[in-house]
Formats: sequence, C-alpha cells, structure tokens
Amino acid sequence: MSDPEKRLGREKISRRDLFRMAGATGAGLALGAGGYATLRGATDARDTGDETAVLPALQTVAFHGPHQAGIDTPQQEHLHFAAFDLTSESAAEIRDLLRAWSEAGARMAAGEPAGPENYSSFMPPDDTGEAFGLSPARLTLTFGFGPPLFGREGEDRFGFAGRRPEALAEIPPLPGDALEESRSGGDLCVQACADDPQVAFHAVRNLARIARGVAVVRWSQLGFGRTASTSVAQATPRNLMGLKDGTNNIKAEDADLMERYVWVPEEEGPSWMTGGTYLVARRIRMLIEVWDRASLADQEQTIGRHKYSGAPIGSEGEFDPVDLEARGEDGEPLIPEDSHVRLARQSDEEKILRRGYSFTDGMDPERGQLDAGLFFICFQRDPRRQFVPLQRRLGSSDLLNEYILHTGSAVFACPPGAREGGFVGEALFEGA
Amino acid sequence: MEKRWIVALASLWVLSVAGCGQPPPSSGQGGAEETTAETTAETTAETTAETTIADVGGSPELDAAADEYEEYVAEQTTLLADLTEQFAGAVVAGDVELARQLYAPARVPWERIEPIAAQLGDYDPNIDAREGDVPDEEWRGFHRIEKALWVKNTTEGQEKYARLLLEDVRSLEREVRDLELEPVDLVTGSVELLNEVSAGKITGEEERYSHTDLYDIHANVEGSEAAFEELKPEVAGEDMALANDVEEGFDQVYEELEQYRRVDGWVSYEKLDEADRRSLSQKVDALAEPLSRIGQVLEAG
Repeated sequence: MSDPEKRLGREKISRRDLFRMAGATGAGLALGAGGYATLRGATDARDTGDETAVLPALQTVAFHGPHQAGIDTPQQEHLHFAAFDLTSESAAEIRDLLRAWSEAGARMAAGEPAGPENYSSFMPPDDTGEAFGLSPARLTLTFGFGPPLFGREGEDRFGFAGRRPEALAEIPPLPGDALEESRSGGDLCVQACADDPQVAFHAVRNLARIARGVAVVRWSQLGFGRTASTSVAQATPRNLMGLKDGTNNIKAEDADLMERYVWVPEEEGPSWMTGGTYLVARRIRMLIEVWDRASLADQEQTIGRHKYSGAPIGSEGEFDPVDLEARGEDGEPLIPEDSHVRLARQSDEEKILRRGYSFTDGMDPERGQLDAGLFFICFQRDPRRQFVPLQRRLGSSDLLNEYILHTGSAVFACPPGAREGGFVGEALFEGA
Repeated sequence: MEKRWIVALASLWVLSVAGCGQPPPSSGQGGAEETTAETTAETTAETTAETTIADVGGSPELDAAADEYEEYVAEQTTLLADLTEQFAGAVVAGDVELARQLYAPARVPWERIEPIAAQLGDYDPNIDAREGDVPDEEWRGFHRIEKALWVKNTTEGQEKYARLLLEDVRSLEREVRDLELEPVDLVTGSVELLNEVSAGKITGEEERYSHTDLYDIHANVEGSEAAFEELKPEVAGEDMALANDVEEGFDQVYEELEQYRRVDGWVSYEKLDEADRRSLSQKVDALAEPLSRIGQVLEAG
C-alpha cells in the first residue's frame, strides 16, 4: 500500500524510541491514529518497562489503498471470517451497506470506535465497546462478493449479471468434498484479521450489526493461529498436524509474484476488479485423533517433509530446494509420489497466496472427537486456473486425504481497495 | 405531567503521555469519542466531568404521546381482564376443550403490554411465571393452568388458580388507571417487547405445553408497534429515514408471520423448523436495530 514500510517493516519499537518520537513531535498523541488506543499502549509500554512493547500507532494497517488490506498484509495471528446472505432486494441498499462498512472499517482499522455516537443516554452506543482500551492490533478488513450476488438460479437479483467476472465461478465439486451447506457459500464476505482475537471479533460483530435489515450472517469461522507466513519477516508457523505449513508461500514483498499470481490485471477484466483478487475459503477438518496415531515416518511420508525441521525428506534445511528426483537406496523416490509436497508443486501456474488459520469448534458430537483443523484461505488471480486444478489433484491422490475432510467451501471476488472517501466495491456500482 | 430530569454523567478520562500537554477533549455529544476511554491511568491524569442534562418529556408532543399510550395500556388491561374472565370461567366449569381455545387469545393483550405491566408489583410472576421461575408452591397464573390443560388434559385442581388469575388481572386493570408513563417508557417498552421475542419466545420456551407461541410473538410485535406509533411523528420529524426503516421493519416482520396465520388462529409453533425460526428471529433483529435508535427524540431540542 501507500506506506509499505509501515505495513511490512518494523512493527516493534523500543521504549527509548517511543520517548524519542514523543519528544520529537511534542506530543505522543501526534503519532497516534486513534486516541484511546494510542494512549493506552504508550502507558503500558512505560509502566511495564517492556522494551518490546509495540507502539499502537504502528499497530495500524491503512484501510485505504490500491489493494484491500488483509491480503498482502503480513499475516496477523487471529481471524474472524463471516459470510453474509443479503435479505434486501435493492442494489441501492447494498451500495449503502458497503459504504457504511467501509466507513466503519476505516475507523476500526485506525483504532477508533465503529461509529461516532457513543454518548447519548437514550440510545445504544454506535460501538459495542469491547475493543475500547485495546490496541488496533493491525486489524484489517477484507470484503468480497460471492457468485450469487451476480445472479442465482437464473435470476439477476440486482442487475449485476452483466458485470460478473468469469473467474468468479462456483467452485465445482472436487474429489474428497464433504461439504456442509451451512458452512459454504454466501453473497458477501468479511475477513477480519488482527493480532488480538477480541479486536477481530469486535469488527465482525459491529459490521454484522450495521448490516441488520440488509444482510444476515450465513456462517462464520474463528481462526486462532496463522498457518502461513506471507512475509519474509515471518517464520513459518505450524498447523495442527504439527507441520510447518506454507514454506513455499508467495511472499507479499515479491511484487512480481504478486502481480503474476494474485492481483487481477487490467486486461483480464471486468474493470471493477482491476487490482482485486479472488478469495477461496475451505474449512478443512483434520481428523487429528487419527493423525496422532500415525508413526513419525508415516507422517513425514504423507507430507514429504521432515516434521521438525520442515526440510524436504533427504534435506536438512526448511528452505532447501525440494528435489523431486532424489531417490533412496531402494531406488524409490525420497519424496513419495502421492505426498502432499510433490502433488502441490506439480505446476507453476497454480501458485496461490495462502493465508489460512487453525480452528477448533469444540467437539464433534458424532465422532466424539475434537472438531479442529485448518480454515484454508487463498488469494489468486483466477481460481479456475489456480485453486481448482490444484485441489482436484490433491483431492484425488494426496496421502493427506486419509486425515482430512473438506467441510466448507466458498469463493469471493475481492475488489481493489478504496480511496479515502470512497468505499470497497464502488466501481461495481458505477457500472464501470 | 410532572417533568422528570435525567442527568447523564459522562466521565471523560484523559491522560497525557510523557508529560506532554494534551488539550481537553472536545465536549458534547458527538465529538468526544476520540479522546475518551475508560482507561485508568496511574500517572498524570486529568479528569473532566461532562454533565449533560436532558429534558425528558419536556415537549408537549411527547407528553401527549405518553398520555395516548397510557390509554392504550388501560384498554389492553381491560381486554385482558374480560378475556381472562371467559377463560377462567371455562376452567372453573371443567370445560377442557373450551379452556384450551380461550387460553391463547386471553394472553394476547397481556403480551402487548407486558413490559409496562411487569413494572408493577408482582403481576409478572403471578400472571406469567413459567414452571421453575418461582418455587412450585408459589407457582400460579396462565402457565400453571396451561400445563394442566395440555399435559394432563384436565381442569381438575385448577379452579383456584383460575380464580387467582382473574383476581390478579382485575387488580392490574385497576392499578393501571393511575399509571403515569413517561416518553422514555414508550421507547424502552417498544424495544423490550421485541427483546422478549429474540431472547426467549423464538425458542418456543414460553408456551412449552400449548405451543401457542405465535399468538404471543404477534402480540409482542403489535404492542411494540403501538408504542412506536405514538412516537412516530416525533421520530419522523427528527429523522425521517429512521422512521421509514422502522416502519419497513414492522412490515417485514408482519409479512414473515402472516404465512403462519390460519382462519382459526396461529399454527402450532412446533410446525416451525430451525430455518423458519431463524428467519423470523433475523427479521425481528432487523427491526429492533433501528427501533433501538428512536430514543434520540428524547434529547432533541
């Protein structure tokens, strides 16, 4: 975005830096985006003497810019994702909703309350209040449009049928699908990411409140730990299988890869999507009880990497090149034919930006097991050429399939970012 | 009508960072959010107390609205007493079939004004307690008789509860005549009636034996609308879009309910599956959100 150093660079700052900056500007406040959050964070830093305390002013990610935030933003630790069904039949009401969402989104990303009116004794406050006193926690809000917005069962619900991007096709049935209707699809989506789960929850809660009368929540998913790194500054995290996930992910700093695989170029169309991207979400339930009974060798053969180092089998370092030709003494490939890493790497054309989160939704009452797994999110230029062929191959022969079930699926077109004073998706409503 | 003054006290805590001077917060209703937080600071903290005095019920129009609504409440309690008399009569006469028919309609006026009636004495627990809400030896009112009629299929032993119920509603009818309502009661009452639906009735827990919940739900919405109707001119004068949103919301809820209406009353709540109940609940939420903002008329001017 406009300030890559702020978004990708140093986020942490020492106490000495804090005071130097405060002195230089004459007032600590001048650094801040939102009053209370700034003040609180600075006080904490001083009172605790915490050298690594994070200055809240740098804990904000700009809402406005050429691309929506929450895609090339270094991945935050927590997620609250919500899909919405529109109950309104009016395109004007949807436009007003998106405008209101962008306004509230910009405020919350800056650490401010969702709305300005919080002091009338006679009305409920605009903001629900649970984020007061918390840091903005690098909150990002990413909005997307699902295929039904552009028509459903032959009905052009809002007059957008002619503006539907070809790339926004429903994800076809894929091998290994165990999809649940109540965890799939939707007219709109909001991806809220933050380093504080309460900040992410607060954002979705307030946006759902603003939507009342126009849209209702269809399904929602909490994610508690990132399962990818989207920046060279981030270490590769582990998923709930105990494996490093996303070693070979696209990193946001690599502008060439982002242009080639993630952002929709002008010539691809429609023009309202230029600079946008497509989000695919898959709720992947892990049968962790079954996985936990697999021997270490089986686990490593399944994934094609060593469990602890994350290195390709036969190598030592996580980032060592994956040598698909390497063979063991028995002449068999070191990285098995149907291992996850081999199948995932077969085509360069299918690269995607992964941005998933671990989840747990309590207990699966049917199996009596923990209901946990990976809420997989990826961004790409065209799901038909990237996610779909990739998952078709993985779903049919990946050794991992013994341990996972895809229980939810959704695809959304995420328009480019909004300029200040504008709103996300504005160009769609102008018919551009 | 007696003027009532409500004092709204907003404490604005401001703390300054590193000894740097921080200008006092902008005061007033809208501009204070940027510097306000319930942050307790151990360090250099300045405290500014902002006192807002709102004249509640100060306008003649609002006072007139409250007076009109008092009449509505009085009418409904009279209707409640008359219908309950017929219902209690059927119970005392031992006519189970007739008592079952009269049960839900008798409750309708109660459900239209419940938040107001609930403010008075013990009428709410005495008339409307569900099983388990009160100790069994104190349990009386509609739902005790409901259980006998639908679970045991009898009026036996219910005669004394029928007489007590009639005494209670007649007493409520008398007490309501002296009731003095303020405009703020209309605002909170209209939202509370919808909260009754969202928080409880939508699950079917209110009429757990008779499953006549749709009578109650429809009556709650009617009562909410009655309070709003009295305030509507003031709301529209203040914020026309808000008034329209609320009206639209009522239309949507009524439309959603209409599919369950039959010639002889409402269908059993058991006929609504999870998706039906969710859809109804979301329509009520969509109405209650703008409705909760009509209180702004109280601070106008």
